[in-house]
Amino acid sequence: MEGGTLLVVAVALPLAGALAVSLLGRWPNVREASSLATAAALFSVVCSILGRHQAGEPLEIELIEMLPGLSIAFEIEPLGMLFALVASGLWIVTTVYTIGYMRAHKEVNQTRFFTCFAVAIAATMGVALARNLLTLFLFYEALTLSTYPLVTHAGTREARDAGRVYLGILLTTSVLFLLFAIGWTYSLTGTLEFEPGGILRGHADPLMIGVLLALFAFGAGKAALMPFHGWLPAAMVAPTPVSALLHAVAVVKAGVFSILKIVVYIFGIELLAETAMSDWLVYVASFTIIAASLVALSKDNLKARLAYSTVSQLSYIVLGAALATSAGVLGGGMHIAMHAVGKITLFFVAGAIMVTLHKTEISDMRGIGRQMPITMACFGIGAISIIGLPPMGGSWSKWFLLLGTIDAGMLPVAAVLIVSSLLNIAYLMPVVARAFFAPLPQTDTAAGHVDAQGRGIQEAPLLCLIPICLTALGCLALFFYADAIYQLLKPMVTPMVTL
Amino acid sequence: MTDVLGLFNYWIVIVLMMTGFYIVIARHNLIKKLIGLSVFQVSVFLLYITIGVVDGGTAPIVAEGYAVYSNPLPSVLILTAIVVGVATIALGLALVVRIQEEYGTIEEDEIQARDHQA
Amino acid sequence: MFEHLAPLQVVVPLLASPVCALIRHRRTVHALTLLVTTLTFGISLMLSVQVAQGGVISYAMGGWAAPVGIEYRIDALTVLVLMIVSGIGALVMWYSHESLDIELPHGQYARFHVMYLLSLSGLLGIVITGDLFNVFVFLEISALSSYVLISLGRDRRALTAAYRYLIMGTIGATFILIGIGLMYMMTGTLNMADMAVRLRGVAETRTVLAAFGFLTIGIGIKMALFPFHLWLPNAYTYAPSVVTAFLAGTATKVAVYVLLRFSLSVYGVEFSFERMPLSAILMVLALVAMFSASLVAIFQQDVKRLLAYSSVAQIGYMVLGISFASVLGLTGGIVHMANHAVMKAMLFCALGCVVARIGSTHIDDMRGIGRDMPLTMGAFVVGGFSLIGVPGTAGFISKWYLVQAALASGYWPIAALILASSLLAVVYVWKVIEVAWFEAPPPGRRQVREAPLSMLVPLWLLVVATVWFGVDGELTSGLARRAAEALLGSGGAA
Repeated sequence: MEGGTLLVVAVALPLAGALAVSLLGRWPNVREASSLATAAALFSVVCSILGRHQAGEPLEIELIEMLPGLSIAFEIEPLGMLFALVASGLWIVTTVYTIGYMRAHKEVNQTRFFTCFAVAIAATMGVALARNLLTLFLFYEALTLSTYPLVTHAGTREARDAGRVYLGILLTTSVLFLLFAIGWTYSLTGTLEFEPGGILRGHADPLMIGVLLALFAFGAGKAALMPFHGWLPAAMVAPTPVSALLHAVAVVKAGVFSILKIVVYIFGIELLAETAMSDWLVYVASFTIIAASLVALSKDNLKARLAYSTVSQLSYIVLGAALATSAGVLGGGMHIAMHAVGKITLFFVAGAIMVTLHKTEISDMRGIGRQMPITMACFGIGAISIIGLPPMGGSWSKWFLLLGTIDAGMLPVAAVLIVSSLLNIAYLMPVVARAFFAPLPQTDTAAGHVDAQGRGIQEAPLLCLIPICLTALGCLALFFYADAIYQLLKPMVTPMVTL
Repeated sequence: MTDVLGLFNYWIVIVLMMTGFYIVIARHNLIKKLIGLSVFQVSVFLLYITIGVVDGGTAPIVAEGYAVYSNPLPSVLILTAIVVGVATIALGLALVVRIQEEYGTIEEDEIQARDHQA
Repeated sequence: MFEHLAPLQVVVPLLASPVCALIRHRRTVHALTLLVTTLTFGISLMLSVQVAQGGVISYAMGGWAAPVGIEYRIDALTVLVLMIVSGIGALVMWYSHESLDIELPHGQYARFHVMYLLSLSGLLGIVITGDLFNVFVFLEISALSSYVLISLGRDRRALTAAYRYLIMGTIGATFILIGIGLMYMMTGTLNMADMAVRLRGVAETRTVLAAFGFLTIGIGIKMALFPFHLWLPNAYTYAPSVVTAFLAGTATKVAVYVLLRFSLSVYGVEFSFERMPLSAILMVLALVAMFSASLVAIFQQDVKRLLAYSSVAQIGYMVLGISFASVLGLTGGIVHMANHAVMKAMLFCALGCVVARIGSTHIDDMRGIGRDMPLTMGAFVVGGFSLIGVPGTAGFISKWYLVQAALASGYWPIAALILASSLLAVVYVWKVIEVAWFEAPPPGRRQVREAPLSMLVPLWLLVVATVWFGVDGELTSGLARRAAEALLGSGGAA
């Protein structure tokens, strides 16, 4: 198949899957099988794209000219390749988990759920493969709109209000800041294509670059830079599979991916380093890292704590971009993968706890390590990855970010990273400790559930347990495969031969 | 002075126009509004017709011995406009009849009051 | 026959109209109207092909050459608006079957069709003619018939709405008549192209300036430009759904067309936008319209009224684009004319489906209707997205051009304002979406079926059009840009 067409297939396949799911609603097992088949097929498509990319084949395709000189177009470049791999790979795992979760929880409207899920993945693929800012924006907005029904799935008043916050913040930032920045970029340069080395050199003076960067950074509201982070905790009202895939992987990563891609291919790392116009972003990102971690400490609801942890971790990636050094950018890119796998494990566990033991507050989770040993062990593994300690993958991305701060000559920021790791330990480890080392309460009356057998093992449903173990193993595996990711991303920052 | 007297047609047009416009805005009775509208439109007709007059010209009918004719075009245009005006007023009056049937009144403030009650 | 397409465009619906008055049988009247409107649309398509191949068409009515006779002049802008008006006219008529059975009062069936065809021919005539007085005549034809159409609503407030529209519309038309008269006085011609040439010598006279003022205000009233928009909310709300869908997609757009013609083709861009402060005036009024109308829309309890105020805001966008007086700005304004016609007609058609099933458009009555009528409300969602300007819908293309025009002219605060007002649209669109899907149906409402197929198919054709124009933006914007360039290059007064 023609290389460019393969890119289109990557976006169209989940859409076709969505259609299939919506039609098969009456036969749940067939519907679920269709979801799984689509996810597996998508991953294989992405892998074949990877193969061709590694072989050096240029893959791009222009679909339709929406505006004069601006078309909807796809292409493959290192960062997008990584994002596509992460998203499509984790989709398979999440689908298995979701099936287990939805059935154990006896959720309603499952067809609508799976349909919107598939559409959201299609939008994510579109973001990953975008060749210009217009295509990116198109799929970015599609992602916002397609995840709205997922966030408000419960249909309650609470869900509706959370949906308002979600949509309000994301649409406001994307229309008022991001679209404005895109329009401005076009009027300055006459193009919106992602080019190595950026397209803004020579078209804008330093102050304009700083303002544009601000508009882009805050405009990508999905990156949850403070003060526009409020939608993330609000979105926790969604069922856990949504939180896991979309708000630990797809939606939030689309935000930071956009920032990273824009920094590298619209501004250009050298331009930002020369004009020092991204320094303010370093400070904003650092603030978010610390502040969000502190808020996470105060949260008793496990999902809320993980949400704020995500806000903090996302700013790692923004920090990496803002440092305007190769190491920083590479570290940020790697963190997309590391954080995704680590965080999805943590969210999977949170969902498993809720579905099996009906518990959501950390203070209730004493001794559950004895009831769900495998699950909580995986939580521990994921936590170590997020904290950034070897032998988990997260340690590598943190390493490169530290290198980036040294390269940029911003040692206080290195301190921020280290303090943040300490804070991560402070809000993640107690969960594990409480689960394994605290004694089980005598009568387990949380949510009215009386553990009649007492101390027996009561693990998560199998369909939930398997994905949890897989992603935990993934955290470990990424430690050893970090070099592969490094090699994949390196072309992004290799200086171009200029004519 | 001759300027003022010589342009007397325009003065009449202005007076009629403002009178008609004032009636439309200031009166609450629906039929009176239509009367004002009609006066307003008539003023415009006069504007057109009077500008067609040529100094020393005769009626625009070809005849022996006459060289200068008044401009027939404005009068022709106004014929159309008069018809339009008639249609407008007729339609307006028909609407007023229907409003009277539905509301029982043709005073605008009473109609608004009844709408607010409902 | 093909040389005479230009007058046929107007004559076909015009002649069919009194024929409908003579026919007693309901089905025949409707079938005839369907045939005529479709034919009219076909004629406009053929005309656009002719213009694409041959350039500007000039047709002398009755063989009397311009400027003595009345000339029909068709260029890029003309065919664009012709296609919009006749297209919406045909599509809404195909949609109308069930809606008319439900909403029209007894005995008004034939009258509706008579007036519909008259209104359509009037609107087409305004667009196609090259003679200023002809514009006035057709303007009044379309206006009078639309007063009747609006008065056919079930609610008695339709009558007062029609009356108010009559008063305001006639004042507007009379102002335009005054303007035309003053212009005739100064130039001695009524042909627009000829007037543009003759205007050069007399542009600085007080008469011409006064005429400009009268014409602008008159057209502003017809266009529902803030603050002359007071007739629109009531007229759109209480008219039958089909009428609202038709008028929302056509009447105000034609008025914008007239504004473009006289300010650019007749007076010329230097006079209108540089000598006269039209740019500043239109810009301010447009911005006020965009924000105030959107804000008022948010607080409306009747969804039809909400959309009516939304229309006022959208007209603000069109006028804003025009006020920049640049190719980008005009392209944006003209493209929005086309896009808004399609999306607003679609939204009002969706509401018409709702009325057909539950008899009301009050937001409390529409609770939970998204679950019962997913296809109808799905169309509403797409229309809502287009109003917001989500990429992939037609509304995005317009917004893009407007923002680019603002940035290119150096007005970056206005670009920010354009985007900020789109956020207001998010609020009022999402208000309806939430109520339709999140709320429980009101007690006492029986299970509601989806709208009938005869209404859904035209509705979804409009949805497809909205998305198509949004994805293949070049289709409409290419034509709009050619029109904009032609407009800016023409006109006489300097």
